[in-house]
Amino acid sequence: MNRSMSSGYDNANYSTERAEPGLPTSSAKRLAKGLGWFSIGLGLAELLAPRAIANISGVSKERTGLIRLYGLREIASGITIFSQEKPTEGVWSRVVGDALDLTSLGMAAANPNTKKGRLAFATANVLAVTALDVICAMQLSNGKRGIHAQASCVVNREPEDVYSFWRNFQNLPRFMRHVESVHDLGDGRSHWRVKGPAGMDVEWDATIIADVPNEVITWRSLENADVDNAGAVRFERAPGGRGTIVRVNLEYNPIAGPLGATVAKLFGEEPEQQLDDDLRRFKQVMEIGEVVVSEGSLFGTGYMAQRPAQPPAASELEQAEMLPSQTATNYGGSEEEFKGRAAGRGTQ
Amino acid sequence: MRANCWFGKTTMSVEEVPDPQILNQRDAIVKITSTAICGSDLHMYNGFIPTMQRGDILGHEFMGEVVEVGREVHNLKVGDRVVVPFTISCGNCFFCTQQMFSLCENSNPNAWMAEKMFGHSPSGMFGYSHLTGGFAGGQAEYARVPFADVGPIKVPSHLSDEQVLFLSDIFPTGYMGAEMCDIKPGDTIAIWGCGPVGQFSIRSAFLLGAERVIAIDQVPERLQMAQQGGAETINYEEQNVYETLMDMTGGRGPDACIDDVGMEAHAPVLIFAYDRLKQAMALETDRPHALREAIMCCRNGGTVSIIGGYGGFIDKFPIGSLMNRSLTIKAGQTHMQRYMRPLLQRIENGDIDPSFVITHRLSLDDAPYGYDIFKNKKDNCIKIVLKPDWAGNGDGAAAKDDSYTVVH
Repeated sequence: MNRSMSSGYDNANYSTERAEPGLPTSSAKRLAKGLGWFSIGLGLAELLAPRAIANISGVSKERTGLIRLYGLREIASGITIFSQEKPTEGVWSRVVGDALDLTSLGMAAANPNTKKGRLAFATANVLAVTALDVICAMQLSNGKRGIHAQASCVVNREPEDVYSFWRNFQNLPRFMRHVESVHDLGDGRSHWRVKGPAGMDVEWDATIIADVPNEVITWRSLENADVDNAGAVRFERAPGGRGTIVRVNLEYNPIAGPLGATVAKLFGEEPEQQLDDDLRRFKQVMEIGEVVVSEGSLFGTGYMAQRPAQPPAASELEQAEMLPSQTATNYGGSEEEFKGRAAGRGTQ
Repeated sequence: MRANCWFGKTTMSVEEVPDPQILNQRDAIVKITSTAICGSDLHMYNGFIPTMQRGDILGHEFMGEVVEVGREVHNLKVGDRVVVPFTISCGNCFFCTQQMFSLCENSNPNAWMAEKMFGHSPSGMFGYSHLTGGFAGGQAEYARVPFADVGPIKVPSHLSDEQVLFLSDIFPTGYMGAEMCDIKPGDTIAIWGCGPVGQFSIRSAFLLGAERVIAIDQVPERLQMAQQGGAETINYEEQNVYETLMDMTGGRGPDACIDDVGMEAHAPVLIFAYDRLKQAMALETDRPHALREAIMCCRNGGTVSIIGGYGGFIDKFPIGSLMNRSLTIKAGQTHMQRYMRPLLQRIENGDIDPSFVITHRLSLDDAPYGYDIFKNKKDNCIKIVLKPDWAGNGDGAAAKDDSYTVVH
């Protein structure tokens, strides 16, 4: 299994099939670069010539230590901006720095020994830069709202089999733990019902954008979706006749925005981990006909979801997910029948 | 049913837990007649394996009678007497179809945990932490056996439990350790560790045509058992291993070396203290003394076979010795299904009787006592078999001694 997660990361090989809502505009990135150079320039000046800076901005010359410290901070922001492909954090760190600068200037204004005219000029300049910083950071953050996850696996089956199983979207809940149901509405449209974080159910209609048999399927949600999302799955014959390489890219705007995504991560619901585990179960369904269940992972494969590796009580089995009654392709009986069978044997 | 559960470092307790049920269609339920404590169980007992949960049932060496089969198990029926391999393998994936069963891609639902540790995941295993799947183990009255159509083998009624039980792990494991040495007639094989797996490596090396086997340990009764198996022995507390081995092989070194020790190696005082300290400080997860020594001692162009269990990261690894002297390293969890049938044949032929390694037979209820004497090598303990249907104080000591009953 291979997975990776990125935001705004552009992989030339796969970008044509990948849906990427809300990439940061290149102008925001250019602006960030400019702000990065500004950070480094100002930082060097503060570090090397703190007295001149104090003179220009009208603050007390006794504050050279603090100015040097702020210079280091500026340089750190600059380096962060240049070291990030998408410098959201770097620019936000500049916004925090601006707030510090403004606070310091405000405190200086209360001091009778400072030159008020120069202080006002310096404050106006910092305010102008702050505005630029905030605009740039917000643009970059907007782009980041879309979560992107990708994963791949090798399935020991022919691309034709793998494609046709996936293309029947009603099969997806067999291996996607969070997908409750997918109904085919005809004309390439489908209705999805998905368990969101904290027990919220979310729904949307989706449409197929591209469908090349045995090669690729891409889809995206239609307007009024609870969660805007898009995805692509590609099927590629593995070298040497060793089955099929399946690559999935997903992109969606998390419920409740970036904050919601962070909270979800705290509860072990990382999107890239989910996708990776979904693909592992897809492989199990394709290769052995059902999802493999262990005692410890009955309630999920996340670390926090583990239960002791001992047989479940009947009440626990009722809450278990991904049992053959839900995942097996050959499963004839009803869920009740399965649970009845499973619970029927007593040895005590 | 009753099951031996892990509740923390050196804390085991036999508990009443729900009976296992068929969960997947290729499952079987086995009523366990004999089960054993393995040296690798001690890694969990000693708290060196991450991803354990309080209440985990341990045990991966077990056999018994099939009492229920899932609807997709067609080669077993209720009443069959089977030995169950410790690894869980689907039989369908890329690795299973290439006979690399312990690398099964489908049998570990928690594979992501192992991927974090190892880069990729091995197969699922019974009772061996959650990073190998979180499967309930076999130190219990019953066990659920996934992929029962691929794992368990039927055993004939004329062989006793004790003769065939170790087909579940230590006999194939010791055998694979020796097989990885690619033994040629006339070869001298040196084996670090004379625990149960080491004992089987010694005998397997001879079965595979080795001329000399030199076994290294410090526990007198283990060295004695090695000698009974035909090995010459080195007690590392009394002799310098490198010098003695060079002396015995005319300075060339053994043709192949087997590490049957793994991550909790004991060693002469200073080296042991160094590795134990680093392990305690989490700067090193495993103590690799046996492996370092095996590499340094192996002859030029020879093979070092690692079958003792390792879990993480080591340092002071003699890569220079390995590279400059054209050594080959082979390693792995045992590809059980490859070996179980041929080795059952060896037992039927009378080539070997694996029961020689057993020193203790206890009731399942005395399992916590068993872990204690096995870990601390009390009472000359080398290998313990647990009997679920024996009354509570099988060996006398356990039921009388309250200190082995865990309160939690």
